[in-house]
Amino acid sequence: MSAIVAENLSKHWTTAEGQVHAVDALSFAFEEGTLNVLLGPSGFGKSTTLRLIAGLEEADGGQVSIAGRDVTALPPAQRDISMVFQSYALFPHLSVRENIIFGLRVRKVAPADIERRLAKVAGLLALDRLLDRKPAQLSGGQQQRVALGRAIIAQAPVCLMDEPLSNLDAQLRQEMRAEIRALQRALGITMVYVTHDQVEAMSMADRVVLLRGGSIEQNATPAELYDTPANVFVARFIGTPAMNLLPLIAGTHGALISGTEGPVVAPARYAGWTLGVRPEHVTLAVGQGARAEVLTTEYLGADSLVVCKIGASAVTVRVAGRVGLSPRDTAWLDWAPGAAHFFDAEGIRREPLTHLQTETMYA
Amino acid sequence: MQWVHAWLLMLPAAILLALFTHYPAIATLWHSFFTTPKGGRPAQFAGFDNYQQLAQDPVFWQSLTNNLWYALGTIPVSIALAMLMAVWVSKNIAGRSFLRLAYFTPTILPMIAVANIWLFFFTPEYGLLEKLLGAFGSGGHNWLGSKNTALGCLMVVTVWKEAGFFMIFYLAALQSMSPHLADAAAIEGASRWYFFRRVTFPLLMPTTLFVFVNAVINAFRLVDHVVVMTRGGPDNATELLLFYIYEIGFRFWDSAYAAALTIVLLALLGLVAVLQFLFLERKVHYQ
Repeated sequence: MSAIVAENLSKHWTTAEGQVHAVDALSFAFEEGTLNVLLGPSGFGKSTTLRLIAGLEEADGGQVSIAGRDVTALPPAQRDISMVFQSYALFPHLSVRENIIFGLRVRKVAPADIERRLAKVAGLLALDRLLDRKPAQLSGGQQQRVALGRAIIAQAPVCLMDEPLSNLDAQLRQEMRAEIRALQRALGITMVYVTHDQVEAMSMADRVVLLRGGSIEQNATPAELYDTPANVFVARFIGTPAMNLLPLIAGTHGALISGTEGPVVAPARYAGWTLGVRPEHVTLAVGQGARAEVLTTEYLGADSLVVCKIGASAVTVRVAGRVGLSPRDTAWLDWAPGAAHFFDAEGIRREPLTHLQTETMYA
Repeated sequence: MQWVHAWLLMLPAAILLALFTHYPAIATLWHSFFTTPKGGRPAQFAGFDNYQQLAQDPVFWQSLTNNLWYALGTIPVSIALAMLMAVWVSKNIAGRSFLRLAYFTPTILPMIAVANIWLFFFTPEYGLLEKLLGAFGSGGHNWLGSKNTALGCLMVVTVWKEAGFFMIFYLAALQSMSPHLADAAAIEGASRWYFFRRVTFPLLMPTTLFVFVNAVINAFRLVDHVVVMTRGGPDNATELLLFYIYEIGFRFWDSAYAAALTIVLLALLGLVAVLQFLFLERKVHYQ
């Protein structure tokens, strides 16, 4: 049984310009005990979707089920969920202790029980010695831990997280990523995690739902998202630096990269489509492949990024270590046949193999 | 050289403060130790004579008692009302801006005009209140003319006026509170009352302290309503401290005695302010 199911979930706002669809007929299902990321650029309905699951917003259409129970009409407290907010939403006048056990006090849990659960959570999050402090006396990372503590002490089977790490510095974010993931696994919680950071999504998630304009672009595992992006938007969004996207034009023997005279990179009927290659899959070859002109090189330590001009487009190449190329040098770019992605005129992914098969079928 | 510039920048404000606040305060203290100059008789040093007279003055004690009752009757009610209105008006309800404006109107109106309007409400025989009560067959009161009700009437006017003003401060404080706090409490299942008691109310404490100090000062500073509505009567029932000082100073021209009264009022307010900050400050959480 899926822990969380959304069916045709919709939410729109009425603004001066008319109705804005924040969430547009979303459907997805999350398995029990998994970490699911709602990923997408800012302002594209991720947080609204999370708030719809939480019950902090009322859905205009569709339904939400948690653990097989339709909760669409229930208030947040009856949905058996916990939530961590981007701003942490700690009560500034209450101590860490009172912040963590706020919900237990509301539900009038027995004092002995409260103490036992508090001790466990404080131990788990290394908050033992901070219990009497006020939130303002804590660092960002510690505040984050308190917010986590308040969520997990509820022992709810579902935990919702709204960009929980976006207020932390890069170093701390990396640590907390691992910590949250470990916690989620250890406690077996079903987690829904909202972020605009694809690194967080890729490194933590069991499943990623990539949202744009209130609808789903792709719902897949991180590996699928990286290996087989469903469309140009996903291809561009996942991976740093982003996938190179090169428009194709018709040549005499097949499709060429726009602005080049060779080599042929795809069958002729791919003209007007887009070729996608990840920077890490492009290799610098000598005398074979596509001829390109080096624009810039950027040394990053473990690897270097070489930006080349090929026809009318720029191609980024990731090379291990340092490269001996300088601007205006000529480079030869090559990639393995399997590394190429193709997107049709609408930007939808086409599998080269199946496509060829249909081609032979109709031939 | 920088300190010269600093002082030059401070000078205009410092001069105004010294001229209209510090000098009068010190001069008042000075005068309170002298007799009132009359005709050919200049002021003579009198030591604590004025203060001794004050201790034996029944009208002074009456106005002090009146003032305490007045403060006790108006401050808690207007603060509670202000908080209630602010919590209500800060929510997304239809006609929100209209409600806010309506609550704030008493503050914008000139106090003398306000007092005149209420004077009409309280008028015997044909006043609004009498007409309303008359319809239920229980008319025949002289609200402002009776010793038992006159001070109460003044209190009603004050509460009506102050609550809207204080509401603005609460409204500002409420809007600086993160809406996620309410979300977090909703997730935990806290009722609205529980959330108000454990989160909103404590977080409003700095505002409450500020409003409270202002309310106390206002309560001891009231004079215009008294002038328009009762002139301290009947039988000193609405004699408040500042109005008494005004009468002594500008109707009986006993400036030395008025100076002594002023010093007592100042000392009283100073003491109240110190106590408030000492005892309430500890319970207030500043963000």
